[in-house]
Amino acid sequence: MSAYIRQLELPICDDIAVDLRAGDLLSLTGTIYTARDAAHQRLVAALDSDEELPIDLREAVIYYCGPTPAQPNRPIGAAGPTTSARMDPFTPQLYAAGVRATIGKGPRSPQVREACREYLGLYLVATGGAGALISTWVQQADVVAYPDLGPEAIYRLQVEDFRALVGYDVYGASIFCNEDDLE
Amino acid sequence: MHQIPASRIAETVASLCQKVNYELPEEVVAALEAARAAESNPQAQRILGELLENAQIAREQHIPLCQDTGLVVVFAELGDEVSISGGDLGEAINEGVSRGYTEGYLRPSVVANPLQRDTNTTDNTPAVVHVELVAGCNLTLHLMAKGGGSENMSAMWMLPPAAGRQGIIEAITTQIQQAGGKPCPPLILGVGIGGTFEKAALLAKRALVRPLGQPSQDPEIAQIEQDILESVNQTGVGPMGLGGDTTALAVHVLTHPCHLASLPVALNIQCHSARHATAVL
Repeated sequence: MSAYIRQLELPICDDIAVDLRAGDLLSLTGTIYTARDAAHQRLVAALDSDEELPIDLREAVIYYCGPTPAQPNRPIGAAGPTTSARMDPFTPQLYAAGVRATIGKGPRSPQVREACREYLGLYLVATGGAGALISTWVQQADVVAYPDLGPEAIYRLQVEDFRALVGYDVYGASIFCNEDDLE
Repeated sequence: MHQIPASRIAETVASLCQKVNYELPEEVVAALEAARAAESNPQAQRILGELLENAQIAREQHIPLCQDTGLVVVFAELGDEVSISGGDLGEAINEGVSRGYTEGYLRPSVVANPLQRDTNTTDNTPAVVHVELVAGCNLTLHLMAKGGGSENMSAMWMLPPAAGRQGIIEAITTQIQQAGGKPCPPLILGVGIGGTFEKAALLAKRALVRPLGQPSQDPEIAQIEQDILESVNQTGVGPMGLGGDTTALAVHVLTHPCHLASLPVALNIQCHSARHATAVL
């Protein structure tokens, strides 16, 4: 087991992004935003029509998560990652718009890996089905866009020691089995 | 006649919905512990450790195991000497789901219209309910909260009968390999062999409510369960698709006689968060 965990304060600047490699274990502290399928559709529609975006995408970290309702006195309910591949059609455009990293679970399309390489993007992997554990890393959660989407709204999360692996790095390398490095 | 009030069924379902989402079955925890001990891949060990930590936090702090608190599937075995008073079985189950999910801070994950997809039913109803009439004076409810990620990677084949055992093992292994990390391995595989198109699918789902670690009582079926498990674990997909020895924790197979021209095979994939429980009324 790699005992080494790299502590990172968000946002992640270019110099740090190029220093990370697929397989590195990170501990993230700072601000991240949740977005799932429906929020992605709206973000990309806004980008396509040059509308103002509800969040600043530059160096943003997007977390594919639709949490359970928060219980009283808790910032958030269970908050694990959902399957990233469903967001693949939208993701290259978001990296192009400045998104630094996405966090989810599972392998993704070659286009996403290519976009990571082209725009210095990262794809980070959190443990699927660890929603209770991950909720303990979230200090605060506020809905910042699309409240009508319920659990699929965009939440701004303040996280502390959020553990994630680098799944795809900026060089096209992947941590997933059956995925060779890009040519 | 054994009379069961509909309100009691609703209460039972409400309580099962919460229990399954907060408490991973002990045999699943034991299987994860055994897998961690046997795992040779350090990354996989770390992930299995996180899953065990997750199960403990969920149980102790009453936080759902997973944010996908599932679509509720109920297998109801209704005794022929049971009469339900003050409502019908389907309504009672859905009332229980509504109450359990709303009061339990569980995520409503059901869209009312599969094509338009813009309206959440807000209380996680309706459940998918399968009723079987059995002899006796009990109502047995097997309830599962089935996550979407693993359901999405499930598959069905109408194999040529000549494909046989080997064809079945190959089809399932290929599917698991292609699914990779998407269905949240380590997995539990429900497999239905035989019957018809829809019967095989139902058997595959029904196989998932069998407690983990109980092989089929039929030695021939137990053997194919073992063979599928070994084949799937040789893919190296591993926990979360990041490599390792532990791609599946168990394989449960149910069979049914079938047409001499057919070999229906259904694979229903269950993620490691195998949330199910049984109540007898």
